[in-house]
Amino acid sequence: MGDLDTREQVHPGTAPGEDLVLEIRGDGDFDTADMTLSIGPAHPATHGVLRVILEMDGEKIRDAHPVIGYMHRGFEKLAEARDFRQIMALTNRHDWLSGFSNELGVALAAERLMEFEVPDRAQWIRMLLAEWNRVLNHLMFVGSYAIELGAITPMFYAFREREDIQFLLESATGGRLHFTYNQVGGVKIDLPKGFMKESTDLSAMVRKRLQDYVDLVLGNEIFHARTKGIGPLPPEVALAYGVTGPTLQAAGVPEDSRVTEPYLKYGEIDVRVPTGTNGDSFDRFAVLLGRIEASLDLIDQIHDHMPAGPVNSKLPKIVKAPEGYTYIRTENPLGQLGYYLESDGGKNPWRLKMRTPSFSNVQVLPYLLRGALVPDAVAILGSVFFVVGDVDR
Amino acid sequence: MTTVAQTASILTLDNFWLSVGLKIVVVLGLFFVVPLVVGYMEHKVMAHQQDRIGPMEAGPHGTLQLVADGIKFIQKEDIIPSAADRKVFALAPGLALVPAMLIFLVLPLAPSFWVEDLELGLFYALAISSVSVLGILMGGWASANKFSLFGGIRAAAQLIAYELPLILAAAAVALQAESLSLVDIIEAQATMSLLGTDVNMWFVFPQALGFAIFFVAAMAELNRPPFDMPIADSELVFGFMTEYTGIKFAMFLLTEYAGMVSMSALMVVLYLGGWQIAPGVPLPGCDGAGGIFGCDFIGAAIGFGVTMGKIFFLTFLMVWARVTYPRLREDQLQKMSWLVFVPLALLNIAVVAVGKVFA
Repeated sequence: MGDLDTREQVHPGTAPGEDLVLEIRGDGDFDTADMTLSIGPAHPATHGVLRVILEMDGEKIRDAHPVIGYMHRGFEKLAEARDFRQIMALTNRHDWLSGFSNELGVALAAERLMEFEVPDRAQWIRMLLAEWNRVLNHLMFVGSYAIELGAITPMFYAFREREDIQFLLESATGGRLHFTYNQVGGVKIDLPKGFMKESTDLSAMVRKRLQDYVDLVLGNEIFHARTKGIGPLPPEVALAYGVTGPTLQAAGVPEDSRVTEPYLKYGEIDVRVPTGTNGDSFDRFAVLLGRIEASLDLIDQIHDHMPAGPVNSKLPKIVKAPEGYTYIRTENPLGQLGYYLESDGGKNPWRLKMRTPSFSNVQVLPYLLRGALVPDAVAILGSVFFVVGDVDR
Repeated sequence: MTTVAQTASILTLDNFWLSVGLKIVVVLGLFFVVPLVVGYMEHKVMAHQQDRIGPMEAGPHGTLQLVADGIKFIQKEDIIPSAADRKVFALAPGLALVPAMLIFLVLPLAPSFWVEDLELGLFYALAISSVSVLGILMGGWASANKFSLFGGIRAAAQLIAYELPLILAAAAVALQAESLSLVDIIEAQATMSLLGTDVNMWFVFPQALGFAIFFVAAMAELNRPPFDMPIADSELVFGFMTEYTGIKFAMFLLTEYAGMVSMSALMVVLYLGGWQIAPGVPLPGCDGAGGIFGCDFIGAAIGFGVTMGKIFFLTFLMVWARVTYPRLREDQLQKMSWLVFVPLALLNIAVVAVGKVFA
């Protein structure tokens, strides 16, 4: 029998950016090595190309290292070569599930720099579509979280709703996923005839169908067993990592940019922010459903408030922003999205830095994954909402 | 007591070799046709419950979809990972599949229509179904893939854990029927009456708990959702089947569907009265024990239809459970089996034993 106390350190072949050390205990006769399991980059459980390297002891995770960058497309550099019309199409695409909210942020940043007045109707239209985008995004995560835990049906129901909403948004903007509807100073074109009625009907229908998810998923005992107490995130840790959005709200912190720093006309309507108590995976899912319902309430309120009027202002042939910089915070469906826009007086931004919510949300993964089992790791990965395009830009 | 035990079926002819040939044809026919129909039912039922319509292209309304799948699997390239243990890798699907086929030897599906009525029919069926575990474990190990290994280990733990409730529940049935022969158990149900009355009933009524335990344990044995942790396609890609392609993969899939059919058939025999239409209703054209033996051709055909209907009903329930529930975590599975199902199954046996002594 070998000496179980000798330890040998081995550096296995690693990918760029990793520095892993495996400890092999014993002197070879009877040695155990912790297993390194790489989830991803191509894996059904991670939403996109996120790689998580798990150091495991049997099924228990001792440490986790997320490896990002597989989807880096150089957005911030590309933004320096786009003018203020093209930048809308560019920023659509980093968080592709919340395309409208991304464009909105950049439009607001540009308008603030240029001190542009946005007509009222445009602001209300922007809010309406932003809230529909939020519902779209959250429905996707409701479906994908359920399917990661093994419930295959809610995904189809979620996509059924999403198809209807995407059809509605396509009638107004021309796009189902990437809307490119904002422009500096308003929105491109007015809403089509009959849009408000369709929107009202759809909001009632989605609200009615929300009950399906509560029945199938939220009330299911197996779901409770899989998610209650899994991956609890205390509020101090969440704030320290810069986590925002539903993940933070589930930890109990009612931080929402629409309430704390109202933009557009959010100050004039009643924004409800549902919070959780434990910050575990169950609470994150419950907050997601709560946010869908809150957004539907907001949509109904916006229907009542929608004024008539122009939807954009005449733009000069070349849109130039004056010299200066600004930082704008908006509440993206996944969390707080920040744009730092610096202009040198030209028609392209000098620097566009995106503070994306998914980047901070992913940082909290090692904290949550330590000590979890592999099936719990999947439950946690699915409950910390992120989109890899948003993480990597 | 036993009047039809170890009865030769109509498949046993005077010529030994003809008899064997006919029996092989019947087993293979059932084994390859019924799981495919169940598979089609699963596609369509899952689809309709998920607000879509399922396969529609291959054949009228997609009826030939699984045939097309079979042809697709046959013509696929057979890939073996370079680090895999070739012999074990190649043997694993066969080892999982053949026991699933061998159960069909003892299943009585219609009056006088069974391949062999063993005296230890129930024992044989349960024992042979456990051999598939070896195939799964081999598949997980030989794949030289961490995910597959996970799946294989989980499968071994799960299948061993759920053998016990399965066997205990079946033991209660054997206790009540006073025989291990499957045909005998059907006869016992047809001739059994409720205590002190003349009302005929099936074993599912006094042993509803046992039926529920057997059903859940059967789903766990087959790695069906919500017990599909070994496959867990959102975590382990496809568990122990990840590295398999082509025919080997098709063999694993066929094992699962054939297992569904054979477990459902076992449940029909053990609890739902076999080919009896309803408790107390004799089959037309039969004049044997309990009104369901000694049948002519029409009675046999009706009996076969009844059995198939019940099997499809039970597989429909399994598909319904698949569509509805998320996956149970492995340790929760184990806890449920050892701390909930085994005590309940023992309780079931105790109640049946007491009932048998005093009735």
